[in-house]
Amino acid sequence: MVTSPPSRIWNIAAETQSIQARTALQLTRLRALIERVNHQVPFYREALQRAGISADQFKHLEDVRRLPFTTKADFRQQHPLGLLAVPRHEIARIHGSSGTTGTPTFVAYTKNDLQIWAELCARFLFAGGLEPQHTVQIAFGYGLFTGGFGLHYGVECIGAAIIPAAAGNTRRQIALLRDLTPDVLICTPSYALTIADAARELDLDSRSLSLQYGHFGGEPWSDDLRLQIERELNITAFNNYGLSEVIGPGVSGECSARTGMHIQDDHFLIECLDPDTLEPVPDGELGELVITTLTREAMPVLRYRTRDLARIYRDPCPCGRTSIRMSRVTGRTDDMLIIRGVNVFPSQIEEALLRVEGTTAHYLIEVERPHILDEVTIKVEIQRELFSDRMDQMQRLRERIRHEIQTVAGIRAQIELVEPRTIERFTGKATRVIDRRHLIT
Amino acid sequence: MKLQQLSVFLENRPGRLDAPLEAIAAAGINILTLSLADTAQFGILRLIVRDWERAQQVLEDGGWIVNSTEVIAVDVEDRPGGLAAVLKVLDQAGVNIEYMYAFSSHRPDKAMLIFRFENTDQAQQVLMTHGLRIVDGSELVGAAD
Repeated sequence: MVTSPPSRIWNIAAETQSIQARTALQLTRLRALIERVNHQVPFYREALQRAGISADQFKHLEDVRRLPFTTKADFRQQHPLGLLAVPRHEIARIHGSSGTTGTPTFVAYTKNDLQIWAELCARFLFAGGLEPQHTVQIAFGYGLFTGGFGLHYGVECIGAAIIPAAAGNTRRQIALLRDLTPDVLICTPSYALTIADAARELDLDSRSLSLQYGHFGGEPWSDDLRLQIERELNITAFNNYGLSEVIGPGVSGECSARTGMHIQDDHFLIECLDPDTLEPVPDGELGELVITTLTREAMPVLRYRTRDLARIYRDPCPCGRTSIRMSRVTGRTDDMLIIRGVNVFPSQIEEALLRVEGTTAHYLIEVERPHILDEVTIKVEIQRELFSDRMDQMQRLRERIRHEIQTVAGIRAQIELVEPRTIERFTGKATRVIDRRHLIT
Repeated sequence: MKLQQLSVFLENRPGRLDAPLEAIAAAGINILTLSLADTAQFGILRLIVRDWERAQQVLEDGGWIVNSTEVIAVDVEDRPGGLAAVLKVLDQAGVNIEYMYAFSSHRPDKAMLIFRFENTDQAQQVLMTHGLRIVDGSELVGAAD
């Protein structure tokens, strides 16, 4: 295991800026942002008008609390590009995230957004020890998902060599690791373990690979899992955080001190709120992260409710960066599950089931991680309309349900047909999910 | 004559078969024959009973998912090739059999088979045209006595 010196700062001016100077910068950017969305985005213009807000009233950063929230539902309502703040021809890229209805929600970037995004990823990659002479294997999905491309351009920004392995095909990942001897691995934490495991199956010592570091994100993971990855791959594992609605990876990431993830707060204004009262929680206490993008051009967002629960720390970090930091995400305020890196809402499962005529809302999602990868079983109560005396019809029904779930939610699930009234009825809010993974410890 | 068969959805867990059979027994309904099709995960219990409408009610009242399907009982000579002769007729006429199972008849020289066809009417026509004997419901009930 290698630890990098604490002085590895990619953008010294930005990352070590005095708190007063950064606060002033944030306020300037916030005012400009309000001005911009007021002119360019009808959705925000109406919301600001309703709230009686104009940019010149903003004297303090705390005034951000007067701004309206943006939710995932707003993204859906503004589908596909209603939140766009630039003319269409200025879009340089469009990514998407899995939505709760099967249609992805789109996020657009200008050329400038892409440059900033690359720098933000470069900041945490550099903090983790990445050098231009290194080789990086990226085993994140390349596509609408922001993980692959986001990190790819971050690595390019530093000038290291990239093996764009993309997600999946684990045997090939191992062959690449063995033959091309990369220094850094980038993927989801669970996939890192899959790789380590598969290496052993191929009689390769996963500890003796060339890897030194790993940057992992895209799903919640515990410190136990970090230790396991570090042990099995003999690397230092870093955590990073982001979400596509605000940019993708690069919102925050760890430095070598690993005392929380540094929030790139020259570009993102982060609040940590009690999800019920929507009042700020004291530093160090668990709250929902609410993010305002200060510099995004194509699709800026005011106070995006991430539904991610984490803690914020403001005490100084030994690395010299002056940004505030956040803990790992320890939960969600909604019922979203992350299955093998894919965001899944129980409502999507419900929608998929409703597409199969005759299924009712009596279902139960069981998530387990028997070994490394998440396994999902969906129990569906059989209804008279669905039941056939013919086995082939019954198998076809299971296949149809499986197919609809894959289409709507993007996950493969085991479908278990169960007798009526065997799924427990709840008087209050139904429990649709039994998550046995114990992700957060 | 078509017969009504009841099918019951069962989870494939220990003890799941007993309960519906007990419910029918408790209602004093005699089961003439049954067959169980199963996968590792679930099963379909198929029943021919004396009073299928009442049996269906009893099962539904007990919370089971039940449907009734038309099946045909066919007399087959209880000798080598008896079944093959029937299947050949059906095959040549292009009649699809979804599934079939035996009915335990008490008559020494006859076997009886329950057929579930894709198209029951067509199958019935073919069987009759070829002089094969379709057993009707009342006879079946008698046969089981």
